[in-house]
Amino acid sequence: MHGCWFRAEHGHGGNRLVATSWPGFDPEWSRTIDVWSTSAVDAPGTVRRWHLLDNGAQLSHHGPAPAGTLLCVHGNPTWSYLWRSLLAAGSDPAHPWRVVAVDQLDMGYSERTGTFRRLADRINDLGDLTDALGLDGPVVTVGHDWGGVISLGWALAHPQHVTGVVLTNTAVHQPSDSAIPPALRIALHPAVHPWGTTTSDAFLRVTHSLANPPLPADIRKAYMAPYRGARRRAGVGNFVADIPADASHPSFPALNRVAEGLRELKVPALMLWGPRDPIFSDRYLKDLTSRLPHADVHRFEGAGHLVAEDRNIARPVFEWLAVHGGANGSDSPTVEATPTGSQGLKNGTEREPAGFRPLWDLLGEQAAGPAGGDTAIAEMAPDGTAARPLSWQQLQKTIVDVAAGLREAGVGPGSRVSLMVPPGVDLTVALYACLRLGAVVVVADAGLGTRGLSRAVKGTTPDFLIGIDKALAAASVLGWPGRRISVRDLPAARRRILGVEISLDVLARRGAGVGEDQPTHPVDPTAPAAVLFTSGSTGPAKGVLYTHRQLAAMRDTVAETFGIRSGARLVAGFAPFALLGPALGAVSVTPAMDVTSPRTLTARALADAAAAIDATVVFASPAALRNVLVTRDGVSGAGHKALQGIELLLSAGAPIPEPLLAELQRLLPQASLHTPYGMTEALPVTDISFEQIQAAAAESAAGTVAGAGNGVCVGTPVHGVRVAVVPLAADGTAPGSHPVTEAGVTGEILVSAAHVKETYDRLWLTQRESTSLPGWHRTGDVGHFDGAGRLWVEGRLAHVVTAPGAVVTPVGAEQAIERLDCVRMAAIAGVGPAGTQAVVAVVETVPPTRKAGPAAPQLAGRVRKAALEAGVNVSAVLAVPAQPTDIRHNAKIDRTRLSRWASRVLAGGRPGDP
Amino acid sequence: MRVLVTGASGLLGREVARLLVREGHAVATFQRHPSGVDGATDFCGPVTDDAAVRGAVQGAEGIIHLAAKVSFTGPAAEFDEVNVEGTRRLLRSARAAGVRDVVFVSSPSVANSGAAIAGLGAEPADPEHAHGDYSRTKAEAELLALAADAPEFRVAAVRPHIVWGPGDTQLVERVLARASRRRLPLLDAGGALIDTTYVDNAASAIVAALHRMEHIHGRALVVSNGEPRPVGELLAGICAAGGVPAPSWTLPGGVARAAGAVVEKLWTWAGRKEEPPMTRFLAEQLSTGHWFDQRETRQLLNWTPAVSLDDGLARLAEHYRSWSAAEVHRS
Repeated sequence: MHGCWFRAEHGHGGNRLVATSWPGFDPEWSRTIDVWSTSAVDAPGTVRRWHLLDNGAQLSHHGPAPAGTLLCVHGNPTWSYLWRSLLAAGSDPAHPWRVVAVDQLDMGYSERTGTFRRLADRINDLGDLTDALGLDGPVVTVGHDWGGVISLGWALAHPQHVTGVVLTNTAVHQPSDSAIPPALRIALHPAVHPWGTTTSDAFLRVTHSLANPPLPADIRKAYMAPYRGARRRAGVGNFVADIPADASHPSFPALNRVAEGLRELKVPALMLWGPRDPIFSDRYLKDLTSRLPHADVHRFEGAGHLVAEDRNIARPVFEWLAVHGGANGSDSPTVEATPTGSQGLKNGTEREPAGFRPLWDLLGEQAAGPAGGDTAIAEMAPDGTAARPLSWQQLQKTIVDVAAGLREAGVGPGSRVSLMVPPGVDLTVALYACLRLGAVVVVADAGLGTRGLSRAVKGTTPDFLIGIDKALAAASVLGWPGRRISVRDLPAARRRILGVEISLDVLARRGAGVGEDQPTHPVDPTAPAAVLFTSGSTGPAKGVLYTHRQLAAMRDTVAETFGIRSGARLVAGFAPFALLGPALGAVSVTPAMDVTSPRTLTARALADAAAAIDATVVFASPAALRNVLVTRDGVSGAGHKALQGIELLLSAGAPIPEPLLAELQRLLPQASLHTPYGMTEALPVTDISFEQIQAAAAESAAGTVAGAGNGVCVGTPVHGVRVAVVPLAADGTAPGSHPVTEAGVTGEILVSAAHVKETYDRLWLTQRESTSLPGWHRTGDVGHFDGAGRLWVEGRLAHVVTAPGAVVTPVGAEQAIERLDCVRMAAIAGVGPAGTQAVVAVVETVPPTRKAGPAAPQLAGRVRKAALEAGVNVSAVLAVPAQPTDIRHNAKIDRTRLSRWASRVLAGGRPGDP
Repeated sequence: MRVLVTGASGLLGREVARLLVREGHAVATFQRHPSGVDGATDFCGPVTDDAAVRGAVQGAEGIIHLAAKVSFTGPAAEFDEVNVEGTRRLLRSARAAGVRDVVFVSSPSVANSGAAIAGLGAEPADPEHAHGDYSRTKAEAELLALAADAPEFRVAAVRPHIVWGPGDTQLVERVLARASRRRLPLLDAGGALIDTTYVDNAASAIVAALHRMEHIHGRALVVSNGEPRPVGELLAGICAAGGVPAPSWTLPGGVARAAGAVVEKLWTWAGRKEEPPMTRFLAEQLSTGHWFDQRETRQLLNWTPAVSLDDGLARLAEHYRSWSAAEVHRS
């Protein structure tokens, strides 16, 4: 409700509510209550007047009975206004909850007491208030900033009431080995503190400025309203002064009681976090999750300290309440039945089926078997020779030694270890060593770009970082968390600069001999094993968490589908599969290339790698293969001979056009060319060979198979995988709940398989959306089946264009346009409001256009005609010198950016580059 | 039905009148000069003449009001007199004469303050922010027309967006004349996405409106082909149809808009009668995107455009081919 006037019924201590026009604020919520204080700071018999926002009266007027009460506690220097979205949502009859958002004493519109209330007083104050309110029934606390600590203190003191806790950017513990955040240090500095927090409104202004996107002026005004004048800001200053910077602080014991008490708190917990917070950064989230390991966590990438302003938190809170809140609270059976966060990953050994073989099982078998002395792994030097070959026995021993060394260094089950080592011998050793220890490997590749990589690493808060020199340098500069371990020994000075504790080499030496003696500790198949990252071409890269069982299932699926067994010899030019080599019992070699840039793989490097091990299998990305074709003239006669020995080529990540496959076939004449389809969350899902692609294209052209065409044919589901679609609605979403596999029905693609990810890492909401259909993973891709049971992928759900009367999936038209000889890469995008969007084709031309902007009329005509043949009516054709693509695959076009650019050009602006 | 069409000597008005005749209605027209529409009864006179207007509306059951001063320049008072007062006069007389339905033919520019429009519907007419006297007075007229709507006197506004076709002097001939002298620039890169209306489609939509008054009275509807195109392509298409070279040089839109504003003033000040080479309105029309959500329009009118943009351009080309053939023949 906007633009309302109201005033409190009293003028106690000048805390009169002023004329307001506060967005999202309903004056009906505002009330005051007089409360007997039992806090030590007050004389017995003192009465304090509280202001709070409470939708209870509103609910009892016209709502059904609330499911419980949300007790919301703001931090410093905000007030109950922070929680207005929860109040509004609680009043929604669809999910009625009473929401009580308090103004703490000396804050907001509550009484200015003239006292200095410390943490213990404030926790007690809140108890006095809830006693006075007579709260009964289930209570879920919600806290932000120091209000988080106070809300938790209340929760620990009221176990009979509390059925859940929700935390947003807060902290309960200052790790002794680290300083408090610089921003707080400044605020606490004696020279700054009184002026910065009380005399001036600087502290308020700075806090409000942390919102991202920036707060509108009227909302900033609302936050400022109760704090006009230094007299009304004493509480702000006292709050800051009450932050226990060290153990000598009077409030330290109270804080410590809360921090330690948390470990006993068994009620469901939800943490909603804005990582762009100069105070409550990810390390405090990590600390909290270590105390409440069962918590559901959602990090809103890009959001900051005022996460309740930056993002819609009402939706996740109420969705979470629907699962965890309510009358039976912690007794709710769903808590047990639907494992979320990391909760479900542990203690699940009773679910272990027979026949689970950990990822490293075959590796050990090979080492112990007759081929134990043969080469297992090598990496190619730029001069074309095989460097650092290790036999199966050597590889096994190195892994065991390094694992023992890592254990000594403190790596254990559940430790997160970020591996920033390029594919090759070192990465393989580090990876398998960590897995054997039950540690969780975090594999973020440079393909995310520096910013994306940094965001990904910080978001997973690794305990350890094993990296090459370059990665360690980046870690220092960008402030990546984790104890640092180098790959090679470094000079002492360099070690100091990079903050490196030890090297893998030293760990291996230390662990030598120790490893063999120690009993191999049995791995829990349901424990988390790895965090991989999505490519980030559709928003910030998401961490994807796999358990040991899921990794093993991926290995088994690859083995079954492609018949890769012990004795296979593979060139590993593509990271995700490359790591599977030893797990498959296959000999693997990494070609000489810069893995951060797939386009650096040359035909010669590929041939050298193949020759080094008489390779039978090649894994490579489409971008790498394009470059292999470009450089094919550099292959020697011996190289060609080696390439002739290749029996299988696997390329995943993006489709490869038929003409390119035909050229590859000439280079690898004996190889069966396969382009499996999958995603970071499930790999592989379907498979198709070059011959099958040709057959599908022919049938599509001839129209002999129902549903064949309009998309990229990705073949049929691989071993053990089920695929279905949820049909698209006219608004371009897939709202249904009934998966279908009928030919010709376009919908969001669903996958069910043993090797589908366990969960998104610290993305509770995303995980929930991806599993909204029980038993299925929603891929966010759209496609359809044809009459022969083949899947055709039509694009991303988020990229579907809703033109008047037509839902347009992009890939069909893009393929049609790309068949024009003057177009290298096409993207279909939509501009304008959903449901009546204009379809825009953005083309990268051959030769590249000089300037980005509207295509010349003749080209536009050809593109429009081509699209129309695919059934798509194009309004505008724009040409660009180069499509904006992702780094990892060099194939996924940044549509969001492209749409924004197209909207600008088509509104009549100067084009510029997309 | 007995229908009066005002302004039937113009491109669109004539097409509307012809269509009504073809549909078998008793059609009368009212404008200053004979309409040239076979089968229609002409009343001649200006909308500024009370008696003439009263005479024309007698006996009509429905009126389609197109008569207006359409120009980029001229004294503001003239626009007010014809567009606002003329409409007021017509409405008054029509109501007095017992006319049941009035379709006021308007323009999307009545709700356009100069910003780009991407996929919006018919926003309320806004005389205060409309650019130029034409748009301002049409906006005022539309507001007063819709305000007159009542159960027994139904009024609706139809806003066809950039009407063109063979014989169109407003857009097509102007583009061709200037392009043939290479005096037609593309503004910015010619990327502004613009929807237009082929004249036959505008006419059929207006006639459909008269038949669907029950569903649309009291409202304004934007009508277009629903085929937006970048303006550069559109102009190239028109030039190709007219057999003249397409524009090949560009001018920043801001420069054109500023120049247009100056030229407009000079023209008015000098009292020149012919249309100026560039006006602010024209520069805006050619440098900002305008395209509209047609879903509701089509549903309410139970109408779809029969002639596509490409068909329209083909007809335009045919028109100029036969026209130049005739010229050759004459010479």
